[in-house]
Amino acid sequence: MAKVTIITQRCKGCELCVESCPHGVIVMSKSLNDKGVHFAQPAMLEDCTGCALCAMMCPEVIIEVEK
Amino acid sequence: MTKVFTRPYSLKDVETHYCGGCGHGIVHRLIADAVDELGIRERVVGIAPVGCAVLAYDYFNFDVCEAAHGRAPAVATGMKRARPDLIIFAYQGDGDLAAIGMAEIIHAANRGENISVFFVNNAVYGMTGGQMAPTTMIGQKTETTPRGRLMEQEGSPIRVSELLAQFDGVKFVERCTITKPKNVNRTKAAITHALRMQIEGKGFGFVEILSPCPTYWGLQPRVAMKMIEERMIEVFPLGQLKDIEEKK
Repeated sequence: MAKVTIITQRCKGCELCVESCPHGVIVMSKSLNDKGVHFAQPAMLEDCTGCALCAMMCPEVIIEVEK
Repeated sequence: MTKVFTRPYSLKDVETHYCGGCGHGIVHRLIADAVDELGIRERVVGIAPVGCAVLAYDYFNFDVCEAAHGRAPAVATGMKRARPDLIIFAYQGDGDLAAIGMAEIIHAANRGENISVFFVNNAVYGMTGGQMAPTTMIGQKTETTPRGRLMEQEGSPIRVSELLAQFDGVKFVERCTITKPKNVNRTKAAITHALRMQIEGKGFGFVEILSPCPTYWGLQPRVAMKMIEERMIEVFPLGQLKDIEEKK
């Protein structure tokens, strides 16, 4: 199982990571961060293969992936 | 556990001012990654444009200089001739490079300066509020073409890569995009190749990157990425237009 860490306070909610994840590991939150946007957060980490496609597409480079 | 993806050292750990879903952040990361991989952080100098990426010097963890509007290739020429040991790249948008800076880029390319130019094409003026750029597509709505760009009135979009590829001084031209991980990797390879050619003294390298502007296209970021794939690639075909080191 891989580990995805997202700095949620810096997320701008563009959802490009959600779009790029082949296993639907990342979902948008229901709550808001300090910017007032729904942020991306890793859910269902047991499905994560650590491919890092989400991190590759993140314009803010706030996703870190460990495997 | 080992880290499979982490922020490159050449990219400062700060928040950018770009809108959500803007392509500049991804391109910044790719350049920083390439600089780290080539091990040239100590001797690379970037030149920021006037446009949305004007504050790029706050984000790169190496020396970055700011040039007057569109004059990045001229500044790069001066720097490279004065200090040939440095690796110089110009980072420009389409309003900067294809409009006000068209003369500078054409002559720098024609002279075959040993520099690299990264051209981020989002078909609109971002910083000034979404006006038509020279690269705006026919029919595309912007603030100054509210009914869509008309061929009869505003002309057709300028294909800068094709324009520059004809010069003998230009050694490498490639057009890429960042719509999905595959294309992001392709773009990174092109950026690395352009920088490596400069290190080896082979001459002028130009990489055009089709990038989304969700704010002024009026689209959600994921829809903006689809718009590049469905509409923009037709007008600006992807691929390598020139490379003196043909891959076998």
